Amino acid sequence: MSASKDAALRAINKPAALGPDLDISQYSRQPKNWEPCPISNLPEDIIRKALEVGVLPEQESRSATFFQIDHSVIFKAVQEIFEGKIEMMSAKEALEKYDWLKDYWWKVISVDADKYTALAELAWDQGYFIRILEDQKATIPLQACLFISTDNLNQNVHNIIIVEPGSEAQIITGCTLHPSVQRGLHVGITEFYVKEDAKITFTMIHNWAQNFDSRPRSGAIIEDNGVFVSNYMCFKPLKSLQMYPVAYCRGVNSRARFNTIIYGMGNSYIDVGSKIVLQNEGCRGEIISRAIATDKAQIYARGFLQGEHGNTKAHLECRGLLLSDEATIYAIPELMAKAQGAELSHEAAVGKIAEEQVQYLMARGFSRSEAEALIVRGFMDVSIFGLPKDLEREIQKIVDVTTKRAL
Amino acid sequence: MTENILNVQDLSIEVSGKRILNNINLQIPKGEVHILFGPNGSGKSSLIMTLLGFPAYKIVSGRIIFKGRDITNLPTDERVKMGISVAFQNPPAIRGVKLGGILRHLLPNEEKINDLLTRMKFPPDFLSRDINLGFSGGEIKKSEILQVLAQGGDFIILDEPDSGVDVENLRILGAIINEMLRGRSALIITHLGIILQYIDANMAHVMMDGSIVCSGSPVKILGQILNEGYRWCEKCQQAKTLRCEL
Repeated sequence: MSASKDAALRAINKPAALGPDLDISQYSRQPKNWEPCPISNLPEDIIRKALEVGVLPEQESRSATFFQIDHSVIFKAVQEIFEGKIEMMSAKEALEKYDWLKDYWWKVISVDADKYTALAELAWDQGYFIRILEDQKATIPLQACLFISTDNLNQNVHNIIIVEPGSEAQIITGCTLHPSVQRGLHVGITEFYVKEDAKITFTMIHNWAQNFDSRPRSGAIIEDNGVFVSNYMCFKPLKSLQMYPVAYCRGVNSRARFNTIIYGMGNSYIDVGSKIVLQNEGCRGEIISRAIATDKAQIYARGFLQGEHGNTKAHLECRGLLLSDEATIYAIPELMAKAQGAELSHEAAVGKIAEEQVQYLMARGFSRSEAEALIVRGFMDVSIFGLPKDLEREIQKIVDVTTKRAL
Repeated sequence: MTENILNVQDLSIEVSGKRILNNINLQIPKGEVHILFGPNGSGKSSLIMTLLGFPAYKIVSGRIIFKGRDITNLPTDERVKMGISVAFQNPPAIRGVKLGGILRHLLPNEEKINDLLTRMKFPPDFLSRDINLGFSGGEIKKSEILQVLAQGGDFIILDEPDSGVDVENLRILGAIINEMLRGRSALIITHLGIILQYIDANMAHVMMDGSIVCSGSPVKILGQILNEGYRWCEKCQQAKTLRCEL
């Protein structure tokens, strides 16, 4: 680990390539202390906020649960019927338990990528370890919540997710904060390893506050016939969010898909991209992004497809909906082919709500405001995530509640 | 005296400053089905958009009376709630807005919706499709009629319900439209008049260059158009016949 520390020390002042540069010394490293307890014993306002990001207090609808508040892991458990199939624990515990885990630590993401990865190494505050054992299927989703209860706190988590050969799982991660928290910095490192014939769908919901900064850093390696699906949603205002997760389709016929839905409001500065690197025969990739900007929000919607092998194919679809003249959406789709036979394509469209669509719905009896809300809600249709129906309904409910307030 | 459900009086409209319709006068008595013929670009669809109150269709003069009430300045949704139901020719696709969602808004009765789907020979999973996105020509027509049926208005406007539909779907649509129009009033735009094989219409009008130039028996007018094309209407105009007695 010392090599990582050295690299981190050298990078601790290195600004990220994208997004506003943050002074990381302005955030507090003094968290509230939380004792382990069942989620249902937590204060009502914490449970309510967790629910808004898809994290349920009752465990029967989830195969495993991890709950961290500030720097303390307060709950982690695997449902009895999934014991021996799923492992879920704090990353620290996992590192102590498994010597081999060091081979997965900082192996997809570089510790010295920027000051935020460096910070996550030098001031590491837990995070989770999830492992789906070989040939096991988690028939109901796993859930993890990374919660902040202290104003202006810096929380740096490092998560590792290993989906062993032939296994399959759905994971919901909700990152949110207490209603009293206005400022702070969340750095989340998440490294995914999707082994042969394994499939993971990872759905992350962010719910921050107007003066909050977030710098997630995620990366995935996908082996032969593996499938990695990442869904990301952010519907609440925040000060700044910058992330550019990457999926390396390393194995033959491996597949990656990123779906992103962002609703930018207030003065939010949001710079979110997704990158897929196709490195082997038959790899496929897809990036779908939906960005809505209102008020004075600035959204950079990026996408990058890199074809490094023949007989690979990927598509990028980026759509933006502008609801205010003071807001901005900057769509930046990029394609890079480095091998013949890498078939890459993109489509990008940014515009306001089409009057023709509003009128059509008004001709069906909706008022103008109802028609506009319906179009915006449709724009954020979570069926693009390809989730199981129950989970899709659950997530759609979250979107509906959030957008109802926003609209 | 028969009561008019629709009474369009001296209606002239502009779109982006360009005059599209000139002094349209059109009366549709309650319970009657009227046909509107006319070449491409003559203003037929513009008249429908104006009847619906779409803001781009700016009324320069005249007024629209519906069920005895002046609706000239009423928003679209208010007009629709008064009983106007429209099947559009080229409806827009709206991502994420499901056909089922619209139908349930129009008709909050799942059983009745399922009945309608069966009658239209639509598979139930069609309800979860994004409205008009990737629909075939026939599917669009059927989806529009389905929405009109769910809406249940008593004045039906159909914009070219018979264009771009294959023979089998046309048969299904024709029968459903015929049944739908019983006891209702309607204005139907048709280009080729195929729909007239399935429905009984009371009156037809011909629109040329933004004006209604001829009104009369639907079958006879269609016969003339099919024989001579709209040149026949031009001749009629040249003869300054404002109303062809056919």
